[in-house]
Amino acid sequence: MAHIDLGQDEQVYLGIHGLIRYRPETGRPLLALNEALLRGPHPLTPGERELIAAYVSGRNECRFCQGAHSAFAAVQLDEGMALVDQVHADLDSAPISAKLRALLHIAGAVQHSGRSVTPELVEAARAEGATDVEIHDTVLIAAAYCMFNRYVDGLGTLAPDDQEWYLGPAGRVATHGYLPVLDR
Amino acid sequence: MAHIDLGVDENEFPGVRGPMKYRPVTGKPMMELAETLLRGPLSLSTADRELIAAYVSGRNECTYCCSAHSALAAALLDEGMPLVDQVRADLDSAPVSAKLRALLHIAGAVQVSGREVTPELVATARAEGATDEELHDTVLIAAAFCMVNRYVDGLGTFAPSDPSYYEETARRVVSVGYRNTVST
Repeated sequence: MAHIDLGQDEQVYLGIHGLIRYRPETGRPLLALNEALLRGPHPLTPGERELIAAYVSGRNECRFCQGAHSAFAAVQLDEGMALVDQVHADLDSAPISAKLRALLHIAGAVQHSGRSVTPELVEAARAEGATDVEIHDTVLIAAAYCMFNRYVDGLGTLAPDDQEWYLGPAGRVATHGYLPVLDR
Repeated sequence: MAHIDLGVDENEFPGVRGPMKYRPVTGKPMMELAETLLRGPLSLSTADRELIAAYVSGRNECTYCCSAHSALAAALLDEGMPLVDQVRADLDSAPVSAKLRALLHIAGAVQVSGREVTPELVATARAEGATDEELHDTVLIAAAFCMVNRYVDGLGTFAPSDPSYYEETARRVVSVGYRNTVST
């Protein structure tokens, strides 16, 4: 049970869903930020950006966000959940592009601290073809998930154990995006 | 110099202001979140909310955010900067209310990880009179600064060392808000 009374059935509105509905005035800009970061027009595909969110959430051990964004990445990447699992297990041996690997290393540094992002990490990403906007958005996606993960776990919300559960919202997000979450 | 070309004079737009101008599509929802969390009509005073932001930013060693929100808290508190300094130096001996101290302990836990917020920390804050809404807002402010601190430092933005920059910016935010200060 969550640390506060969210005023709704927590078995229905799990993880961040209960929080967004509890405080829609902060929920709306949070959803708008997430939509711009993960689904707006961008050189990185939605699947690649979801992978960054999933990777950071895994490192923060946030079960709800890791489960959700792993599923969202899997349904939007050709290689599916097998690739997502490989990235979680061992980034350096996972079969992804050198550019995405370098960006995920930056995301991993951000998860630790903004101050852990070194000029060398940025240079390595640039050498593999990463642009300024890709570096910017990688840093902000990783930073935003350091917020979402703390919000979800800091209020003690429920996370389903069954990984199949997350495929339901994954289909809806892939089709309709994040903005309708508040209206469901 | 920042890790990417922000397209602005970093002396004129230091800290979070450069990235906000660089990428308005994400800057806009972040600004709305800041206005609501730090200046909106919530039960915690704006001074207490800025103190939470300053405390978390200090623990994340984010010079720009810690200086900016310390100056804001000082401008809003009757006791000014000496109290902000005491809270940051030793929370347990600082002359703040028992409720605010308990909420700052929760913010400190969130800074480490959402999973560090225990039922005991929540029960202590509740025993001092904290409401569900105040607990929610404390967790989200702390989590949001774990994002903003990483955004500011992860992109290697410039932080002025002159305290008068932060004092002047704080005066503007108090009178016209974040939206009309940060991006102009």
